[in-house]
Amino acid sequence: MTESNQIHDHEHETARLLKPQNPVGIVGYGAYVPRYRLPAKEVSRVWTNGTGGLPILEKSVPGSDEDVATMSIEAARNALGRAQIAPTEIRAVWVGSESHPYAVKPTSTIVAEAIGAVPSTQAADWEFACKAGTEAMVAAMGVVGSGMMGYAMAIGMDTAQGRPGDALEYTAGAGGAAFIIGPADKALAEIESTYSFVTDTPDFWRRAYQKYPEHGHRFTGEPAYFKHITSAGEAMFEATGTKAEDYKFAVFHQPNTKFPQRAGAMLGFTPEQIETGLLVPRIGNTYSGAAIIGLTAILDIAEPGDRIMLVSFGSGAGSDAMVLRVTDNIKGKPQLATKTEDYIARRTEIDYAEYVRMRGKLTMK
Amino acid sequence: MRDVVIAGIGQTPVAEHWEISLRELAFQAMEAALDDAAGLRPSALYVGNMLSASLSHQAHLGTLLADFAGFTSIEAAAIEAAGASGAMALRIGAMAVASGQVDAVMVLGVEKLSDQVTGEVEAALAMGTDTDYEAEQGMTGTAQAAMLAQRYLHEFEVPEHALGGFPLTAHANGANNPNAMFQRAVKPEAYAKAGMVSAPLNMFDIAPNADGAAAVLLTRPDLLPPKFAHPLVEITGSSAVTDTLALHDRPDPLAFNAARLSIERACADAGIMPGDADFFELFDAFSIYTALSMEAAGFAERGKGWELAQNGFIQLDGEMPIATLGGLKARGFPGGAAGVYQTVEAALQLRGQAGKGQIAGAKTALVQSLGGPASTAVTHVLTRLDEKS
Repeated sequence: MTESNQIHDHEHETARLLKPQNPVGIVGYGAYVPRYRLPAKEVSRVWTNGTGGLPILEKSVPGSDEDVATMSIEAARNALGRAQIAPTEIRAVWVGSESHPYAVKPTSTIVAEAIGAVPSTQAADWEFACKAGTEAMVAAMGVVGSGMMGYAMAIGMDTAQGRPGDALEYTAGAGGAAFIIGPADKALAEIESTYSFVTDTPDFWRRAYQKYPEHGHRFTGEPAYFKHITSAGEAMFEATGTKAEDYKFAVFHQPNTKFPQRAGAMLGFTPEQIETGLLVPRIGNTYSGAAIIGLTAILDIAEPGDRIMLVSFGSGAGSDAMVLRVTDNIKGKPQLATKTEDYIARRTEIDYAEYVRMRGKLTMK
Repeated sequence: MRDVVIAGIGQTPVAEHWEISLRELAFQAMEAALDDAAGLRPSALYVGNMLSASLSHQAHLGTLLADFAGFTSIEAAAIEAAGASGAMALRIGAMAVASGQVDAVMVLGVEKLSDQVTGEVEAALAMGTDTDYEAEQGMTGTAQAAMLAQRYLHEFEVPEHALGGFPLTAHANGANNPNAMFQRAVKPEAYAKAGMVSAPLNMFDIAPNADGAAAVLLTRPDLLPPKFAHPLVEITGSSAVTDTLALHDRPDPLAFNAARLSIERACADAGIMPGDADFFELFDAFSIYTALSMEAAGFAERGKGWELAQNGFIQLDGEMPIATLGGLKARGFPGGAAGVYQTVEAALQLRGQAGKGQIAGAKTALVQSLGGPASTAVTHVLTRLDEKS
């Protein structure tokens, strides 16, 4: 069998849906986006005399005192505010990121402590490039759906790194979302099923002790992003007997503006279906947070009965597809915490020099 | 050159073939050429390749690919002459058949550039310059071409965007080639606002690096049955010429002397004048190369080659069509395989199998490959063999 045949065979893998024993859903959700914005044209001005193409309008930049731990706490508190449960009922706090502040020492314990979910809790950090957050959500569905615990929190949050002057510096943003997974009858949106499509595809990586990731240029498109997103999405359609028009909203991992637009079109979604969750032009690629912060923007305006398809993508590579159905419990929930669009509107523009200072890109010693 | 015909041709699409290995790519092209040659088996394999040792960490390509193709015990070797590697392999193959030493030769061009990312590929391609004096100082092939273009614009008072007609023609022709990397025409406005790569050359002035493999199976016509499956194409002229490797060693860098001499010698070999050809598959790795190659071939006076991009001369229905199936610019630039692609495309034209890009009644082709800025120039004259007598 040739290499090309092997890859071809993946495409025809019949989806084997993951469904929990007991139905589960999102009982609380929260987003966080730092306030600073670096326009892409500012990166282009510095590195290409303004001649570079702009993949987005601007990206969010964390302040000097922000990191994945502090940002996760913000999103977690918003999720708690909407779930209206006691933090001690949360028996797992899982944080997915590729910019955990420590190489060894969990971010999740900091978050769990800060929101009052300790000490009777699972806590761990997850890593799968940009899909660590949805992987944590799938795990949370499992432990809640099996009856091991009532509630689990899954977070995807990043302060993404881009080498100065690299194509990724235009888009590497900061932000993410937190979700409390609980029983479906208490959920504002039931997660009906999930399916993951994973292969070993080295399109983007950062080795230990390296400050910035590397990527395989256009390799990150066709054989990585598009193959995994569309394979997971199509498998989900097939396994659930649904098609694009059965969904009110769709949201995908969004490394730039064009990729999710094209992936959406390839799966048959209209621009209207993906518009609400397409935040990358205004906040950049929030990596582990990218697809799921789009989901929070959708939940902020969704109506009972709306169906949502989410497909994340993590380099390396894999995609998690989820099908959600919004319930009556959504009513009144968005107002209980800061909405995603309000975070995006809270905006302080910075120039490249301030960006360099805030992100610690000047070597001082 | 006497009595050498192309009995079979094969090619893979030119693209970034991340999922296909070098040997598999090569095999696909050879298999297609074998099928096209109705069962003729080669007794030698000459491989045109430039960078497999540095980019794929694979040397010894002749044996590797003979082995992988199942050509047990045949003669095989790789030929390297930078961008002219494929054309040089064709010349060696044609000479081997003409000499009577070998009955049938598989000439394969293969290049796998996507095994590495862009910076490393550009650095590897720069090894085709005079490394001690050029690449080591930061010079790349693109930088050389840009300096030539800058000098050309200055020396001959050429208007801005004047070279743009060459890539626009290539892209228009690429639309007719199902194996081309780019199969869409480009508008002049898109050319005018394309990102600058190395001034004055923008993105559209530069052929895209890509992966690909192409193959031709050569033999003597008397070894073929009288009724063959398709028209035969004869190699009626062949020439390879070198110039100084370093650009700075040339008294007149805009002259492309090796390109001129190899055209003259190949045409003399075939007994034609360049203008007798029905089309010219030239080496449009950079738009400036096209202008200088047209001048070297005598189709324009010094400093006037750019005008051919403006007046329809080079279009499919013009006096001397170029890049008829997209050229390096739209079909893509698969390094050392380029010369064999050019040959396969010329053969398609001469056989009347070029589809929508067909030049009506084409009987004679001029095919030229360059290594570097015409540091090596290899030219072939191909002629349709209408009736085997």
